[in-house]
Amino acid sequence: MARLVLALGLLFLWAPILLLAGYAFSADRIPFQWGGFSLRWFAALAENARVQEAALLSLSVAAGAATLACLVGGLVGWALARGGRFRGRPLFGLLAGAPLVLPEVVTGLSLLLLFVLGQGAAEKLLGWRLERGAGTIVLAHATLGLAYVAVLVQARLARLDPLLEAAAQDLGATPFTVFRTITLPQMVPSLVAGWLLSFTLSLDDVVLASFVSGPAGTTLPVLIFSSLRMGLTPEVNALGVVILALVLAALGVAGWALRGRGGRS
Amino acid sequence: MRAALISAPFLWLLALVAAPSLLLGWIAFGSAAEGVPPVAPPLAWQAGAPVWQGSLESFALLLEDPHYAGALLRSLLVAAGTAGLALLLGYPMAYAVAEARPRWRLPLLALVLAPVWTGLMPRLGAWIGLLRDEGWINGVLLRAGLIEAPLTLLFSDVALFAGMLHSYLPYAVLPLAIALARRDRGLEAAAADLGAAPGRVFLSVTLPLSLPAVAAAFLLVFIPAAGEFVIPELLGPPGDPLLGRVIWAEFFQSRDWPLAAALALVLLAVLALPIRAYQRLGRG
Repeated sequence: MARLVLALGLLFLWAPILLLAGYAFSADRIPFQWGGFSLRWFAALAENARVQEAALLSLSVAAGAATLACLVGGLVGWALARGGRFRGRPLFGLLAGAPLVLPEVVTGLSLLLLFVLGQGAAEKLLGWRLERGAGTIVLAHATLGLAYVAVLVQARLARLDPLLEAAAQDLGATPFTVFRTITLPQMVPSLVAGWLLSFTLSLDDVVLASFVSGPAGTTLPVLIFSSLRMGLTPEVNALGVVILALVLAALGVAGWALRGRGGRS
Repeated sequence: MRAALISAPFLWLLALVAAPSLLLGWIAFGSAAEGVPPVAPPLAWQAGAPVWQGSLESFALLLEDPHYAGALLRSLLVAAGTAGLALLLGYPMAYAVAEARPRWRLPLLALVLAPVWTGLMPRLGAWIGLLRDEGWINGVLLRAGLIEAPLTLLFSDVALFAGMLHSYLPYAVLPLAIALARRDRGLEAAAADLGAAPGRVFLSVTLPLSLPAVAAAFLLVFIPAAGEFVIPELLGPPGDPLLGRVIWAEFFQSRDWPLAAALALVLLAVLALPIRAYQRLGRG
């Protein structure tokens, strides 16, 4: 019984994705109609400047956000696992976990309010005219991503025996040497996985990007979202396959980075 | 050194998590105004002195207009429905994963979880292609002679729940599969030795022992589903008032930022209890 439900559940999860992937190679101009094998919709994508511009923006935003998320999130995870007691630790933990549970419309709206008031203050006090766009999307996505990175890093360090670090210190290593030679190498797999996770979260996001970007910042998912509102086109179908391939490749790399390390948890 | 390594991320969290949340509460007490940004904050500087011009009109409107109470109720119903469906389908799936041979468990679980990472936009595109009036499902049913005219599937509750379930099912399976794989099978063997039939063993031993995981799975779906915007927007009934969509519309279409902020606060207040419960389950 349970096995039958598992099979049906997997069918439910995978059939739409596999059908989408299959029909992307159909020549028919109506999506999900078979009109013979063709790569014409991929060729059309290769000539679509708007899609390419949005894809380039998305990839650079995702790379920037993932890198920032690893830098800040790595420190957050380290502080939670190894920081001991410090002032404001309960608040620190609360804030680090908040992006994981806040609804994305709430995060998007509240970050936009911050950016708009920040823009106003910068103009009034410093005379700077700041534009919302790629930069604000990077900040928003990095904030979401760092919460995931922090969880991964904290879990990794919690499993690492603190005696290793204590032993290095006893043998005369400075705190920085201990961090560089013991703690940091142990954090690397979770940082790699966290980077890819943040990267894919950023590539998938519509809500945060819509709220915090100005008119100039149309990322790829936002572009697809507005196009899907008009209905599915074969070009969007082909684009879906390209994204699918990218994300699954990133997932494969993440799995490889974490192989055999956190498997049992 | 240590202080610097802690303060740097602390500042980021204060600036980009704490401050925006406080601003949300602040702006909710402002009022909509002409201009950029289209909002008059509750406190303004006039002739070098602060003047209180805050108002409760946004909250008053939320209480007065049944549209908003309806949106809240409908959001909770859709979130609970999605979580309920995810449990109904996800529990047997997780059980089958847990009962599989050990070397099959991880690959099966990966197969359940991988669709999460296939991109929300491609997935929703796929559902549109499947459910449209001229879509794949109607095509198959028409050719098989099961229906005479195409069914209206897209922009209905069917499409809404199909899309929601497709996105959230993996989140329900994960905690259940972990809990069921780790459970103490000795208790079930003992119940069977004492003469309980397999159905009885499941209902009085396996299921009750897995209830914390069931609660975790429910909340893991319920919490994000309650504020969902993209899926109902692309698949659900047009104009279906769900909080995520209403917040979006008040913000982008009506440009009533204080009202959008007040609605966001309502959503947070409603989710506070489930979030707290979920975090407690995670710790225990």
